[in-house]
Amino acid sequence: MQRFTDLFHELDASNRTTSKLAALKRYFSEAPAEDAAWAVFFLTGNRLKRPIRLNLFREWGSEACGYPSWMLDECYDHVGDLAETLSLLITSRQYAQADSLSVPLHEMIEARIQPLREMEVEAQKAMILATWAELDAASCFVFNKLITGGFRVGVSKTLVNRALAEMAGIDAAVMAHRLMGVWQPSAAHYKALFEIGSEGQDPARPYPFCLAYPLEYEATSDLSVQMGAVSNWQIEWKWDGIRAQLIKRGNQPVLWSRGEEMLGEQFPEIMEAVARLRENLVLDGEVLVWDFEAERAAPFAQLQRRLGRTKVGPKLRKEAPVIFMVYDVPEYEGEDLRVSPTAERRARLEELSFLNEGVFRRSPLVVCPSWEAVAEARLESRERGVEGLMLKLASASYVAGRKKGEWWKWKVDPYTVDAVMVYAQQGHGRRAGLYTDYTFSIWDGEVLVPFAKAYSGLSDAEIRRVDRWIRSNTIDKHGPVRVVRPELVFEIAFEGISESKRHKSGIAVRFPRMHRWREDKPASEADSLDSVRALLAK
Amino acid sequence: MVLSSRSSPLIRPTPNGLFCEAGGFYIDPWRKVDRALITHGHSDHARSGMGAYLTAAPGIGVVRERVGEPAVISGLPFGQAKRIGEVRVSFHPAGHLLGSAQIRVERAGEVWVVTGDYKTQADRSCEAFEPVPCETMITESTFGLPIYQWTAPEVVFGQINDWWRKNQAEGRTSVLFAYALGKAQRVLCGIDPSIGPIGVHGAVEKLLPHYRAAGRPIPETVRAHRDTRDMLKGRGLIVAPGSAQNTPWIRQFAPYSLGFASGWMAVRGSRRRRALDRGFVLSDHADWRGLLDTIEATGASRVGVTHGYTGPLVRWLKEVKGLEAFDVPTKFVGETVQSADELGADLKEAERQSE
Repeated sequence: MQRFTDLFHELDASNRTTSKLAALKRYFSEAPAEDAAWAVFFLTGNRLKRPIRLNLFREWGSEACGYPSWMLDECYDHVGDLAETLSLLITSRQYAQADSLSVPLHEMIEARIQPLREMEVEAQKAMILATWAELDAASCFVFNKLITGGFRVGVSKTLVNRALAEMAGIDAAVMAHRLMGVWQPSAAHYKALFEIGSEGQDPARPYPFCLAYPLEYEATSDLSVQMGAVSNWQIEWKWDGIRAQLIKRGNQPVLWSRGEEMLGEQFPEIMEAVARLRENLVLDGEVLVWDFEAERAAPFAQLQRRLGRTKVGPKLRKEAPVIFMVYDVPEYEGEDLRVSPTAERRARLEELSFLNEGVFRRSPLVVCPSWEAVAEARLESRERGVEGLMLKLASASYVAGRKKGEWWKWKVDPYTVDAVMVYAQQGHGRRAGLYTDYTFSIWDGEVLVPFAKAYSGLSDAEIRRVDRWIRSNTIDKHGPVRVVRPELVFEIAFEGISESKRHKSGIAVRFPRMHRWREDKPASEADSLDSVRALLAK
Repeated sequence: MVLSSRSSPLIRPTPNGLFCEAGGFYIDPWRKVDRALITHGHSDHARSGMGAYLTAAPGIGVVRERVGEPAVISGLPFGQAKRIGEVRVSFHPAGHLLGSAQIRVERAGEVWVVTGDYKTQADRSCEAFEPVPCETMITESTFGLPIYQWTAPEVVFGQINDWWRKNQAEGRTSVLFAYALGKAQRVLCGIDPSIGPIGVHGAVEKLLPHYRAAGRPIPETVRAHRDTRDMLKGRGLIVAPGSAQNTPWIRQFAPYSLGFASGWMAVRGSRRRRALDRGFVLSDHADWRGLLDTIEATGASRVGVTHGYTGPLVRWLKEVKGLEAFDVPTKFVGETVQSADELGADLKEAERQSE
């Protein structure tokens, strides 16, 4: 556990990609495969299935450090991370024996943490308290993180991939492919990362997704300069659903999200349909809730009803029917098509006859003779229930990740509403101790009704100013929430709007964020519920 | 608001700051008053524009840097009492920075102490803290949460020295952010000057003569600017206020590694959001243990808590220690995580004005 603790703190302390990369490479070259497998597991964003209830963990933490739970709450509000709060409190009261540092990472997880799930509460408690007593501050924090989940240490999956690829001396795209799918934290799985051809061995393994950069251009004259002839581009609608890869190689089809989660259980109709196909192939597309009468996508909120479910019953299937909108075919009958041009893959897609039946759709091309026409088509997006346009260079291959100049997403401008800040809460992680999470209201007659929460969009300097304002303009407190004078106006941008029974205002918005701090506007000039509801009709 | 349960408290909060009616003076007032007693020279304690100032004699120099040349400032040696109106006043070392003091106020055998900011850890750059016996104490609580427990300073200085050596080996300049007044000088007195040349930002440099005159062991330094750049670059340590981050001034010393010496660095989030390479947990305030030990050492039965995490500390003192404890409001929320930068900026502003 010592080696992984050192790695964690080295990654955490550094702000420089080169030194993080060096630390990762050093770790992977030194660590035994059974430990390194777990390190990859955590650093690529996986977490253990929670072995114990968090409220118990918190309660035992309070007991171990000798502070009452109200004090633990005060500290937690300040630190913004339970694992860290407990490690600061526990280790300040005791001196570590540091014995368990010699326990290897895989043993700590496999012999101590994972068995917790099967234990009685008293045995769990004894195990946790005994381990805490052995750990120093640094490893106590890492141990707590293993239990509470979520290692965020400023390391992306891309960086882990790069470290492994450089160590193995292979192309990063090949390593990315080997890392795709469900990561098994075993020595064998880890060792396979360094075996030639291992990326093709697992029939369920998806390809690294080909991604698009956002296009910020507005003026069409700029577009033709930057993009060249419009005829070089394949243009499609940008669907507002869940990006997914549908893998069918043999009898066990798999539907993967971009976060590499298996979505099959949530969308059984897609799995049933793909099982009936004769072909073996990999399809890239978007899961959408579909309005079969209007032949258009339903709002994202409908799709959300399906997410996180393990069972989707007939009622939900009927009320929120889904389709798979296909726009690419990275593999066909065992042949890797990723290196062939986008236009060739599109031609292959046109040949697949099943793409117009049942739950399958072929994402139509948006044919435009000029960039002016493209810009005009983009303005139809909202009416069509899409997010904007995708511009794909006809000659581009299907790359792992983003490549400038090949795939672009040109989103429609967001909706904006001027709203008044009414509540504020402290942030977590790197924003702990600062009021960064705000609730905004709009006018319903003379009354302000909450309509959206947002926490992104302000600069660090603005956050500091707003934080200071909040501290001296608090009129009430409810636990961690401060009620502030309804004075500050912010322009809130969002992508979509729909009716909602769960919200006081009767509406729900998608991806709300702060566009601008309207210091020029008094609260009385914020928007009204009526004017926001009018957006529903559009 | 009545400060204590007694009908006429010796010291009470007012819109101008803490007021001692029997002596006709304020302690660390934030609005203009005739007579101000000052605990130390930080900007949330020593404001400009007061009719007359009284502070501990060794602190006159740094207080003057803060409040301006024309101010009328007199000093009282540590431990020496002076009669003001109906009370006797004396200053006692607070260990926060050079000349920082706790203020003891006595009337007819009743003793109050206003601590100002203080720390109980060792610090070669200033006088050592002494607990002052009293009945009523008004304590700061900047780090009044049990998550704050300081590491021994020699360990932290060891970490800073190691970081400096490692940067040198990689050809990087070591830039260490620290409050221009107090922390910067403490760092200078604590590091190993044999490692390499030491540069300081102007806001730090202007305070050094006061420390040197007081015999504090400040090593040889140069002002970090264009003329000393080649000497410092890649091997020197530069001590600067946090406000220097992201300025053209700092960029001339690139490539560098950025460190910050502050008690706030104990929490991961405040370290990470500042985009630093290293955070060193070094504070000029008392940690949780230091606060509790000090309160106990004074023997105070009533404790007013101000500047920081007043709520949790007040509750702890009441429920666990069985003391009479209460919140003392202040215009300043105390030094907070984000004011770390701003205090530096404040001094920089003062420097600009004086030039």
